[in-house]
Amino acid sequence: MKKILLAHGSGGRLTGELIRQAFVPAFENPELNELSDSALLPNLPPGQVAFSTDGFVVEPTIFPGGNLGEISVCGTVNDLAVAGARPLWLSWALILEEGLPLEKLQVFVDGAKSAAAQAGVQIVCGDTKVVPRGKGDEAFVVTAGIGVVPPERKLNDKRIEVGDALIVSGTVGDHGATILACRHDISGLELKSDCGPVNRLTEALFDAGVDVKVMHDPTRGGVATTCNEAAERGGHRLVIEAKDIPVSTATRAVCELLGMDPLYLACEGRVLAWVPEAQVDLALAAWHALPEGAGAVRFGTIHERTPGTVPVSLRTAFGGEQPVDVLSGMDLPRIC
Amino acid sequence: MSEDLDLAALRRSLEDPAAGGAMLKRIEQLASELDRPITLMEVCGTHTHSIAAAGLRRLMPSNVRLVSGPGCPVCVTPIGWVDRAMALAAREDVIVTTFGDMMRVPASHGTLEESRASGADVRICYSTRDALQIARDNPSKKVVFLAVGFETTAPTIAAALEEAEREGLPNFLVLAGHKTIPEALEALMDNEDVKLDGLLCPGHVSVIIGSEAYQPVAQAGLPCSVVGFAPNDVLVGVAELLAQLVANKPAVKNLYSRVVRPEGNPAARALLDKFFVQTDSDWRGLGSIPRSGLELRSEYAHRDASLLEVELPVAREPMGCRCGEVLQGTIDPPECPLFGNGCDPEHAVGACMVSSEGTCAAWHRHERLALSAPQS
Amino acid sequence: MCLSIPMKLVEGDEFAAVAEVDGVRREVSLMLLPQAAKLGDWVLVHAGYAICQVDEDEAKQTLALLHEAAEAGVLDWGSKK
Repeated sequence: MKKILLAHGSGGRLTGELIRQAFVPAFENPELNELSDSALLPNLPPGQVAFSTDGFVVEPTIFPGGNLGEISVCGTVNDLAVAGARPLWLSWALILEEGLPLEKLQVFVDGAKSAAAQAGVQIVCGDTKVVPRGKGDEAFVVTAGIGVVPPERKLNDKRIEVGDALIVSGTVGDHGATILACRHDISGLELKSDCGPVNRLTEALFDAGVDVKVMHDPTRGGVATTCNEAAERGGHRLVIEAKDIPVSTATRAVCELLGMDPLYLACEGRVLAWVPEAQVDLALAAWHALPEGAGAVRFGTIHERTPGTVPVSLRTAFGGEQPVDVLSGMDLPRIC
Repeated sequence: MSEDLDLAALRRSLEDPAAGGAMLKRIEQLASELDRPITLMEVCGTHTHSIAAAGLRRLMPSNVRLVSGPGCPVCVTPIGWVDRAMALAAREDVIVTTFGDMMRVPASHGTLEESRASGADVRICYSTRDALQIARDNPSKKVVFLAVGFETTAPTIAAALEEAEREGLPNFLVLAGHKTIPEALEALMDNEDVKLDGLLCPGHVSVIIGSEAYQPVAQAGLPCSVVGFAPNDVLVGVAELLAQLVANKPAVKNLYSRVVRPEGNPAARALLDKFFVQTDSDWRGLGSIPRSGLELRSEYAHRDASLLEVELPVAREPMGCRCGEVLQGTIDPPECPLFGNGCDPEHAVGACMVSSEGTCAAWHRHERLALSAPQS
Repeated sequence: MCLSIPMKLVEGDEFAAVAEVDGVRREVSLMLLPQAAKLGDWVLVHAGYAICQVDEDEAKQTLALLHEAAEAGVLDWGSKK
């Protein structure tokens, strides 16, 4: 049996086999092993419940630095982590295309397993459906996750104040650039998605005693869109220093080839944090101590939002300042 | 050549504010010697974009104005042409292949992006070679490439046609929409409403047509400098134009000699000539310009997508749109009543807003600060 | 419609080659080049085609002039070229 068949989604014997042979051994935990209609979970630790969901339709499903399985876990873990939550449990629902090689499914399962282990979360429930060939683009995944925000953590865009600093945990746009490169036959040894769980990074800031005002993960729409949304909600004005934006050489080369801007490309393993100016060094030191935070830098400052100013602007090397908008439509590779 | 070309060092110095600052000082000196309003024009979407992104306009002396001309090929493509592209996409037997820039251009009824959402087979290609491959992979379909662009891009379509001919690939066709710069420059110079003092010539178009192609413009009295796209490339070019004005010696100065030669690229032009012939062409907002377009030669009728049967709507220009004047540099985008007021990159009414290198889009993205409160 | 970047030819033959810049690679066609290129040449790549060779001497001159400008604080390009 080497491919996914429609019968795998029917709920019958083949479905059961698939679950017991592919999923349970990978995600091994008491709640999942019960295989009942709902996962019955232990009581939550004190704090506020955080709940997040995401759908994953990445194409190609396997790319340098990750795969659909990994990203499906990291996406939801990271949404919880940047809200200040400690992620606990995930659901993992698959919609598979008839004809998907089992080998590929195994790659996704292994990716989800390793990401979950890295993040310290359990996948406690799931679902499998199969759609006819041609209707499914290999596989789609939807995950939902539960975490708890300890009571003392208060993260909110409105807490951002004039003088605060914006830091990022590493180079920007790597995931988006890698995906585009795959789609346009561009290769490179250094080209790699940044896909990975960020909860160690978020916890490190709290452990170091940083008064984090708010955090976000710059996924779709990139850093530019995420910062605009934060500035709109928070009512402040962010000025980004162009020379301080960390971009990897490979990502920059892909962007130049295709006419893209790294500020608008997705990251899947980075954190943006707004912190007090006085604690920037403390925060960066906490991140630099982790491999996934080695490239962390400070690249923006909060100013007052006076009437007529734009929420986010870029200060360029030539001393000018330009507005940075949200992503408009889809950023299309340009020829112009 | 003993050492390897240090590209990284070159790139850094082309963006180095210290060198840029030096050139700005020179520009200030020359501008004050001239002591009158000066208008310099660029005619390349990539220049529009890079000038806006580096904020160079605002750094110019108060009497020097940088304007954008009709340099964005997407912006000057007539609505009727895009209507035809969409009608082709609606045919069951056609796969439309295109550069990304065309996807969101508003035609009479929607965009190619919307066509795709409604089921048309429209695919974005980085290169015409990708389209050739799509043609090989889909022998039962006609693969039509939307050939938009100036002389930098047109040879790549000619090369694809050459490959298709050599290989005997019958289902690769082209909807010809290329336009040529020198003829557009002539028309601009003939237009009394357009008052220019100097021309920043498009660096990559010049790679193909050569720096000598601008001699007629210089001989008509307009200083020309051929420049690349980095901030310091542009600043060097501006300084050169001002110096020519001070000396009252208009000429063509090639400042992009690392890739532009006086004679350009004859091989590319020969291939263009093999497949295309010059024709009078409609430029959106500017009207018809003689000999400014390229159409497929009749012996390649079998590759001409404009000969395929389609139903065309009556072409509809949006009301109130002043793209035409923006394209000639006679008004700046904020002077159009629709700018930021119904027309923005998300809801583009005219083509100048849709392409990220259209003058209006570049202003909207990068220049709004100049229109608002003082900077910190 | 001009987006082009310099890349170095690292693999291939007279018709099709692989070009690389900053560790990133793509196949390019050499069909449009006016003269035959060889491995190690820098070419300007536009939409998957090499449209010309980069003149390395001219590039180095530009580099030198820009350095001078940065040092001197004022540039008089006209007297140099």
